[in-house]
Amino acid sequence: MLNKDGIISLAELAPLIPSESRLKKGPVAMAECIQDIPCDPCVLACPRHAITMKAGITDQPHLDQAVCNGCTLCVASCPGLAIFVVNMAHAPRSATVTLPYEMLPVPKEGEVVAALDRSGKTVCEAKVLKVMKSKVYDRTLTITIEIPKDLAMSVRAIRAGVKVGRK
Amino acid sequence: MSRKSEVFVVGGGPAGLSAAIVAAKLGARVLLVDDNPMLGGQLVKQTHRFFGSSARDAGIRGISIAEKLRMEAQAIKKNLVVQLNTSAVGFYGEGEAGILTPERYEKVTYERVIVGTGAVENSLNFENNDLPGIYGAGAVQTLMNVHGIRPGKRILMVGSGNIGLIVSYQLLQAGVEVVGVVEAMPTIGGYLVHASKIRRLGIPIMTGHTIVSANGDLGVTGATLCQLDEKYQRVPNTEFEIICDCICLAVGLSPLIELFQQASCKMVFVPELGGLVPLQDGNMRTSNPRVYVAGDASGIEEATTAILGGRIAGARAFESLHGPSSDAQKIVDDAAGELKSLRSGSTGNRIRWGRERVTQEIASC
Amino acid sequence: MNLRIEEHPILVFKKGRKVSFTFGGKKLEGFEGEPIAAALHAAGIRLLRHSPHKDRPRGFFCAIGRCSSCMMEVNGAVNTMTCITPLADGMTVNMQKGHGVIEP
Repeated sequence: MLNKDGIISLAELAPLIPSESRLKKGPVAMAECIQDIPCDPCVLACPRHAITMKAGITDQPHLDQAVCNGCTLCVASCPGLAIFVVNMAHAPRSATVTLPYEMLPVPKEGEVVAALDRSGKTVCEAKVLKVMKSKVYDRTLTITIEIPKDLAMSVRAIRAGVKVGRK
Repeated sequence: MSRKSEVFVVGGGPAGLSAAIVAAKLGARVLLVDDNPMLGGQLVKQTHRFFGSSARDAGIRGISIAEKLRMEAQAIKKNLVVQLNTSAVGFYGEGEAGILTPERYEKVTYERVIVGTGAVENSLNFENNDLPGIYGAGAVQTLMNVHGIRPGKRILMVGSGNIGLIVSYQLLQAGVEVVGVVEAMPTIGGYLVHASKIRRLGIPIMTGHTIVSANGDLGVTGATLCQLDEKYQRVPNTEFEIICDCICLAVGLSPLIELFQQASCKMVFVPELGGLVPLQDGNMRTSNPRVYVAGDASGIEEATTAILGGRIAGARAFESLHGPSSDAQKIVDDAAGELKSLRSGSTGNRIRWGRERVTQEIASC
Repeated sequence: MNLRIEEHPILVFKKGRKVSFTFGGKKLEGFEGEPIAAALHAAGIRLLRHSPHKDRPRGFFCAIGRCSSCMMEVNGAVNTMTCITPLADGMTVNMQKGHGVIEP
């Protein structure tokens, strides 16, 4: 349970997971933000206006999967670091996850890092495909990693600069 | 030596600084004192990006908000005098205060005072809670984010409110291992996105647990924890030790209210706001018409609401001296609107309830 | 592990020049302008004094000059709040017991 241990449960996660058909089409965002907190930068960050808040600033973000094209601009905009972009159509066996990163060391593109699940457990190794820095993101990096497809809904963090053991 | 000011502002954090900027820009002669060497209050330690409305500072790091406010204050060429390294040590009679600068003790006379003294960190009772290596969360932030020194190598965080969660994240950024977050309540106190972002980096969050003792002779070498039942009683035989060299206490804040008491402001105890706070009329004016309040001193909340409350206090203090002003009214209307939206929704329940008590009761006082 | 943060993902620390001072007669180094207690902490020293009545070990606690836990004798002046007193070259810092003793 999210409010007991900080790990979003499968039941809590279910409504956030994009539909099978949408996942097949390519990258799509997942805002893992299920609490009414006063925060709205993601709404403004989306150039396609796919994220809305109906009941004002303390509403949860509602993502229109049909409008979202997985551009990843929302990822670094979220002060709660709770938005991820998942691309299940990346390759036959692998998927990509784009996540925010504010730690050291900063991995290089092509580097292999540890991929962690929502509990912080290393579940596999991940290849860093892209490291995006931008003044707009204000020192929050947006990193895209490649991981096995079956772990795309589990991996939500990386640890760089450590030796990664095989799964 | 005596100084004259129309509006005397105590505290250069987000609340006091915003109040001083607004009052000075509207045309009041303002003296601002702060006991730190730098303006910005606790914002100077906040490396994380703030929540809130994109219309005001959301997504911006606390350190950048402090910088923005400092620049705004510096750009004010007249009406605003800032005196750093200076404490307001007492209120005497009507419209008189004593300040202690690094050089001397001085008298300040004022027409209105805005008190934005902020808050002090709470401590917690447990065995050995005075050992070296046990620090308040604010102290950890000061050491780490202002002076660039890690508090230790392995740290235990006590308290899962937003401060406990955010400081745990900042500790990871500074390269410190966080061995866990202990929380007496059955559920996490702070925003769940903050909890998730440290959990996924491997920090366990132990709800329904408490710290029994700090261990060590001359400094912390570990901590003994145990489970709590639903009545917050220790569950026998559940003690276990965690090895750590530091314990960080993030167990809440209490408003700093001595100056209100000296000014005979009516006070009310509101647990939702952190304890004893001055009654105020909804425009930040206390029961002493010379005295206004802003920021955490008016009730523990956070920096964005402190800024907004400060803007209201600054505008209303100006109006009370110079008469109604449409510019001041606009500042108040805008800030009040923003506050309302920030405090809406289920996470704002406690604050709304607390604020209503503080402002309702003044009508009868 | 060095307690000083050399590299940080968000912050850049501007330090004063390196200076030396003594603690209990031992020569240590720190940066000018940082609090004495911070310089001591970075040098691995966190026991700053003993409490007046029960002789308990004390370090700093609040780091902002509120709680009095960090009081030490600095250049002969007892009860100096080392968490907010800037370090200067050549300072003599000593532990104090209780409230310290002021020589007449």
